[in-house]
Amino acid sequence: MDTRFEAKDYKSDQYVRWCPGCGDHAVLNCLYKAMAEEGIEPHNIAVISGIGCSSRLPYYMNTYGFHTIHGRGAAIATGVKTANPSLNVWLMTGDGDALAIGGNHFIHAVRRNIDINIVLFNNKIYGLTKGQYSPTTEKGTVTKSSPFGTVEDPFIPAELTIGARGNFFARAIDVDLKNTAETLKLASIHKGTSVVEVLVNCVIFNDGIHKQITDKEYRADRVIYLRHGEKMLFGKNNDKGLILDGMKLKVVTIGHDGYTHDDILVHDAHEPDITLHLMLSLMKGDMPTAIGVIRDVAAPTYDDAIEQQIAEVQSRNPIRKLNDLLMKGEVWEVK
Amino acid sequence: MQAKIFTNERVRIKLFIMIEETKIIPLEKVVIRFSGDSGDGMQLTGTIFSNLSAILGNEISTFPDFPAEIRAPQGSLSGVSGYQVHLGSRGIYTPGDKADVLVAMNPAALKVNVNNLKPHAIVIIDTDSFQKADLDKAKFATGDPFKELGLTGVQIVAAPISTMTRDGLADFGLDNKSALRCKNMFALGLVCWLFERPLEDAMHQLQNKFAKKPAIAKANIKALTDGYNYGHNIHAKVSTYRIESKKAVPGFYTDINGNKATSYGLLAAAEKAGVKLFLGSYPITPATDILQELSARKEFGVKALQFEDEIAGICTSIGASFAGALAATSTSGPGLALKSEAIGLAVISELPLVVIDVQRGGPSTGLPTKSEQTDLLQALYGRNGESPVVVIAAATPTDCFDAAFWAGKIALEHMTPVILLTDSFIANGSSAWRIPELDTYPEIKPRYVTEYYNNEKELWKAYRRDPETLVRYWAIPGTEGFTHRIGGLEKDYDSSAISTEPLNHQKMVKTRQEKIDRIANFIPPLEIIGDEDAEILIVGWGGTYGHLCEAMETLRGNGKKVALAHFKFISPLPKNTAAVLSKYKKVVVAEQNSGQFATYLRSKIDDFNPYRFNRIKGQPFIVTRLVEEFTKLIEA
Repeated sequence: MDTRFEAKDYKSDQYVRWCPGCGDHAVLNCLYKAMAEEGIEPHNIAVISGIGCSSRLPYYMNTYGFHTIHGRGAAIATGVKTANPSLNVWLMTGDGDALAIGGNHFIHAVRRNIDINIVLFNNKIYGLTKGQYSPTTEKGTVTKSSPFGTVEDPFIPAELTIGARGNFFARAIDVDLKNTAETLKLASIHKGTSVVEVLVNCVIFNDGIHKQITDKEYRADRVIYLRHGEKMLFGKNNDKGLILDGMKLKVVTIGHDGYTHDDILVHDAHEPDITLHLMLSLMKGDMPTAIGVIRDVAAPTYDDAIEQQIAEVQSRNPIRKLNDLLMKGEVWEVK
Repeated sequence: MQAKIFTNERVRIKLFIMIEETKIIPLEKVVIRFSGDSGDGMQLTGTIFSNLSAILGNEISTFPDFPAEIRAPQGSLSGVSGYQVHLGSRGIYTPGDKADVLVAMNPAALKVNVNNLKPHAIVIIDTDSFQKADLDKAKFATGDPFKELGLTGVQIVAAPISTMTRDGLADFGLDNKSALRCKNMFALGLVCWLFERPLEDAMHQLQNKFAKKPAIAKANIKALTDGYNYGHNIHAKVSTYRIESKKAVPGFYTDINGNKATSYGLLAAAEKAGVKLFLGSYPITPATDILQELSARKEFGVKALQFEDEIAGICTSIGASFAGALAATSTSGPGLALKSEAIGLAVISELPLVVIDVQRGGPSTGLPTKSEQTDLLQALYGRNGESPVVVIAAATPTDCFDAAFWAGKIALEHMTPVILLTDSFIANGSSAWRIPELDTYPEIKPRYVTEYYNNEKELWKAYRRDPETLVRYWAIPGTEGFTHRIGGLEKDYDSSAISTEPLNHQKMVKTRQEKIDRIANFIPPLEIIGDEDAEILIVGWGGTYGHLCEAMETLRGNGKKVALAHFKFISPLPKNTAAVLSKYKKVVVAEQNSGQFATYLRSKIDDFNPYRFNRIKGQPFIVTRLVEEFTKLIEA
């Protein structure tokens, strides 16, 4: 752990204006902590955002920050990172910003594998415009713009990320400070696009939307925290685990029906094959919700590839001045 | 370097005249149009010919005119592709109105060009493709297309070009189709002979073009030579015309089109400013060449990249600008519409950005391959809120270089988006260009915060301004001590924090406008060319310069007193604009739209009520029409 910086070094002097009780406060504090632990100097960090409650976050950071326009944060962050790959670039975005108006930029950033860290605050609602349904709102939900319930199936951010050929996907819970900070740090360390979906509560327009899994009371039984190289265990007594039953994941209890500790799957986040990662990230209903780094696969990054291509061309082409380029073409002289 | 030394002062140009006696007529200018099926290679033929002429010291101006379809049905009217070259000793401002020589590779090419010919033009046709079936495809009712089109005065040079091309390549082992694809070079050889163009340079260009296919290069060179020899062998009835070659300003020259010149102008600005060039773009006709040219310039460290859509094109550029690059995005009208919101972000966050709009016919998809000046008001006003930007328009293909350089300079030094308007006509048109010496171009010095506040970092805020220019200082991410936040929300004039305070907003709106207005102190004044005591002042802007200039010269040749004020800087206008325009009793604003610039000028100058000349046909102005109309106005 780098000890040069503390969380407060990343904190700006601006008053934080989110509603009291909003999940974004917790994520912000986790971010300060993650950055301090990784130890990147604040002036080498650029935090970009789109529009929405969560997109206010850059103002609260003592880093370089750019609060942009709705949905375009991924494209702007791509430009920042491509122009200066030595910066640590973050994108703060929400379920509406990233997956509705900015869906195209989101999937293409992920596909290119540009080395930016996307924090997707998913509260399954439009908060800043006061309560309309978003692309992650469950079908049938009554909101201000769906008074009779939505008739649309929602996106599942993990599925979209992996479908867009993403190499890093993690899920976090706003109130789970320790694990969320750790996950954000792993996202930052990962080279390439990392997507961290944070399940956040909107205390005003969608209060308790993640309650079924986030409440301390039953979190242990409804959530599985995945760590690379460790057994997929969960439960109050850590005695429940995941196994593959044919083509499907199944929850078993150690000591019941003949299952032992050895039967439980070991999480391999570095496995390039998406099958198990997708199954883990889609678990719901009777299955626990997967939290932590689900997928973390090393792959060439867009920004590196661009630098490499330039270096290759420059190694065989000595021209650096416009005049030299022009004189190399079809040129004639008038005396 | 393959510099060619040009020393001969005179270039003789021969023209076929199917008359009995041989004459020698001095000629200043000739317009040649190559026209055929979009698969016939007319663009290549025209490009090679214009390069040859430029190398020989002629002034040239070219105009490629191609269909929107990549391959329309063969022989059809919609599939005709043309390339016009205007060459002469001096005063070549445009690709010319009507052709002296037309090469028509099929009946459709003849038909679509019927109004582009001078009455006694020479028409070279390939008789092999003027058969019944070909005439049917071009919807001719009779077997005599010339008579049917009323082309009674033209002089026809009919040659079996396809047959002779194929026969000449009999031993080359090419299939019939591949051999026939060389017929454009046979036609070029014939034209080269007519105009006494030595073939070596054409051969050299073909070898470069087909460097990876030596067999194809060889076949094309053979067809070229055969065409030339054919001309030589049938030269019985020929008139010789002479074109004097003016001594141009000494220096090195190359042939360049507007899109390339725009690309190089950006490179020059980046070099001069000592910053890296970034271009975020998305393919769109007729601007794509800029993306293609700059994406090939990796040796300069240029990052010219294609993104997922027009919006990503500009947004990546805004990101790159925030990160310290000279950032640009290239597009055409529909793309500019998509970029509007992001331009507004660059306005309020006061970041340098060059937005290139190569205008085409609109609205909507409109006429993608044709030329118009219909995006002016979109460039000036097409955004939400009070959102002033700098607008510059390039006048000619070579002026695109200077215009792009200025766009980069103003963007970087004044921390503002600059919209550079070119158009399809000058973007694809080319002319000979004297390679500039960058040393003679002005410095570009962005106001880096480190040069102003390094010793008092704590006093600096993101929207602190230089008192003279009102420009905010540029703090590049990665610089210690200057972390800050900017964005699309209104900021407080003093603290740079988010502010919704009414008086502050009004102050910021006025400040952003005033910042743009003050750029008028840093641009050249409006210049008038022509007669001081003109009876009429022609006012134009952008890519119509050549036509308006030629119209003015023609009118002056006719004994009229005429002047031209041609605008390159549109927002802000040069400081002397009102004073200059009010000096003339009659003013006509000529533009390829319904009067957008005239409307803009009226909003800026009290009691200004000009005549208007407007054409929106997707085609360049026709000089003879301009002369007629302006003469009427003078005499009115």
